Amino acid sequence: MSTDGFQYFLELFFSGLTRGSIYALIALGYTMVYGIIGLINFAHGEVYMIAAFVGLTAAGACSIMGLGTISILIIALMAAMIWAAAYGYTIEKVAYSPLRGSSRLAPLISAIGMSIFLREYVILVQTADFVSFPSLIFEIADFKFLGGYIQPTEMLITLVSVVVMVTLFLFMGYSKSGKAMRAIEQDQEMARLLGVNVDKVISLTFMTGSALAAVGAILISSHIGQINYNIGFIVGIKAFTAAVLGGIGSIPGAALGGLILGLTESFATGYVSSDYEDVFAFSLLVLILILRPAGLLGTSTQEKV
Amino acid sequence: MKLSPFLLKNFKFTLLLLAGLILGLGLTSCEKKKGASSNEANTPASEPIIIGVAGAHSGDLAPYGLPPKHTVAIAAAELNKAGGVLGRQIKIIAQDDVCKPGIATDVASKLISQGVIAVIGHICSGATNAALSVYRGAKIPVISPSATSPELTLEGQNPYFFRTIPHDAAQAIVQADFIVKHLKAKRVVVVHDKGDYGKGLATLVKKELESKGVEILLFEGVTPGAVDYSALIRKIAQANPDVVAFGGYHPEGSKIVTQARKRDIKAAFISGDGLKDPSFIKIGGKFVEGYYVTSPADISTLAMTIKVNEQLKAKGQEAGNFGLQAHAAFTALIKAIETSKSTKPEDIKTALMQNKVATTLGEISFDKNGDVVGSGFSVYQVEDSKFKQLAW
Repeated sequence: MSTDGFQYFLELFFSGLTRGSIYALIALGYTMVYGIIGLINFAHGEVYMIAAFVGLTAAGACSIMGLGTISILIIALMAAMIWAAAYGYTIEKVAYSPLRGSSRLAPLISAIGMSIFLREYVILVQTADFVSFPSLIFEIADFKFLGGYIQPTEMLITLVSVVVMVTLFLFMGYSKSGKAMRAIEQDQEMARLLGVNVDKVISLTFMTGSALAAVGAILISSHIGQINYNIGFIVGIKAFTAAVLGGIGSIPGAALGGLILGLTESFATGYVSSDYEDVFAFSLLVLILILRPAGLLGTSTQEKV
Repeated sequence: MKLSPFLLKNFKFTLLLLAGLILGLGLTSCEKKKGASSNEANTPASEPIIIGVAGAHSGDLAPYGLPPKHTVAIAAAELNKAGGVLGRQIKIIAQDDVCKPGIATDVASKLISQGVIAVIGHICSGATNAALSVYRGAKIPVISPSATSPELTLEGQNPYFFRTIPHDAAQAIVQADFIVKHLKAKRVVVVHDKGDYGKGLATLVKKELESKGVEILLFEGVTPGAVDYSALIRKIAQANPDVVAFGGYHPEGSKIVTQARKRDIKAAFISGDGLKDPSFIKIGGKFVEGYYVTSPADISTLAMTIKVNEQLKAKGQEAGNFGLQAHAAFTALIKAIETSKSTKPEDIKTALMQNKVATTLGEISFDKNGDVVGSGFSVYQVEDSKFKQLAW
């Protein structure tokens, strides 16, 4: 019985890890944009949704050409990332860039407007129905891992997320663009004076965040097997919650917040009831924000006047 | 038309002529009546049999009430043309209750005073319930084509009430029956989508299963649109049920069954009519093969139904949601009068419960509560990417 109990625990842990990785990938987009320009990009969930549709189209085109599973996955992933990055760039240029320097509420409203626009756009040009998403990840039976059954897709989702996040940390820490991003985060004016092209770096941030969301979108859509125009909504809210949980603006915080949220939901479902999944997740959020108002890894900065 | 100059000039004569004609007509009709009443001694009365049709014929809910009125009118006209029943013609009196309980009781009193022997109606459950209190006193058989509130028949306080539509809990009862009798399940997991329809159905199924002694291992709600359901799937795998009953709509249904099959859960899946949508199969693909779905039986291919639909179409009318149920109610009523050779409430009631009648809903009968048997929910199974109706 105890080994049984441990196996169940482990399986719930894998579920939480998978879900958490997806939350983390999307939370990174929220937190990077917030860190650099102090704006919540409400259209981020919609970029995730559009990336899923692009992946679907690309995968469809590839399978008509008769490519193998792995090449389809890679091509769909690349196409979705590039397309999502282009959307991120355009959204920033259309909805946020013209409002830079205005009141904080104006870009918030244009972000919500952008989100509604993108959703309606997909309804019009694609469909309002659910469409099936092909399984892009080779299908082999579940296998035992550390004594609990895990699905290969779940393992791949976790692995890819870890690789992507490590790459991002390296990029932020050591590349020139990453350093420029951190510089702008600290002091935009000073960075500009020192020769950093602020507009370009902000665009780059949007593009990176959107590409990360695309990775999450392709992985989870392939796992679930269906998408529609509304999939970005709940995911967006959960990822935003994860970003706040970890401390918005902090990149390790987003990753940690995503994992904690995913695991909490999974264990709440497994040991209590799936009815209370969201109750537990958001109670935890409230609890953490009471104890650490800036989030787990966030630093509270004082507004300079 | 020009009157002839002669008639115009002799105005008095014209009046006399008219009076004579009218009197003559009256005499002949009197004579006819006399003949008819003398007939009465041998065979049952040949005065028309009066049947009431009550429901919302105006107002917001008229789209529910008018089709029953139309189909009954068509059925009655056809029957009269063919010679009526027991040698008597049928006369339909339609009354509008606007689906309001207060008006429904007035309508009921009015119909009784006009001498109806039975009523087809009322349409809304609330109005029907109110009207039944009046009909009960007068022992008038009432057949509703559309009132689905379970209380109307379950409490047994309306011995003269019947309906040709299954009540709200019928789908849950069919599901539970199927799970117990056909799938022979002992351990069941019930999942729902927290919505009105899904949770409502799931709760009823759970109640029915428990009353049949089935063990409910889990009763869980999921959030529609959540990223994935793998934690719940693992919980189901851990519980190891024979059957998973899901209350909700097709997007969540296909997601859950897909993940469950990938996780190698072998349990049978069953759901309500919320899943009987082509896109369920389109999206679920091979993972939804073998999925059971309860849904109203397909009656569009019955010859009688096709005929009634054509008759309605010729008049520019439609069967709507309850038109065919009303037609079936009329057919069952006439058959009851015919077989019992009587228009007395007790005889009609007994005959209604004994007869099996071919109607626009297929072959139907009524159980001891007055609920329809043989119409309503069927079980379908996904087979080769199609919903196939099961006979069980």
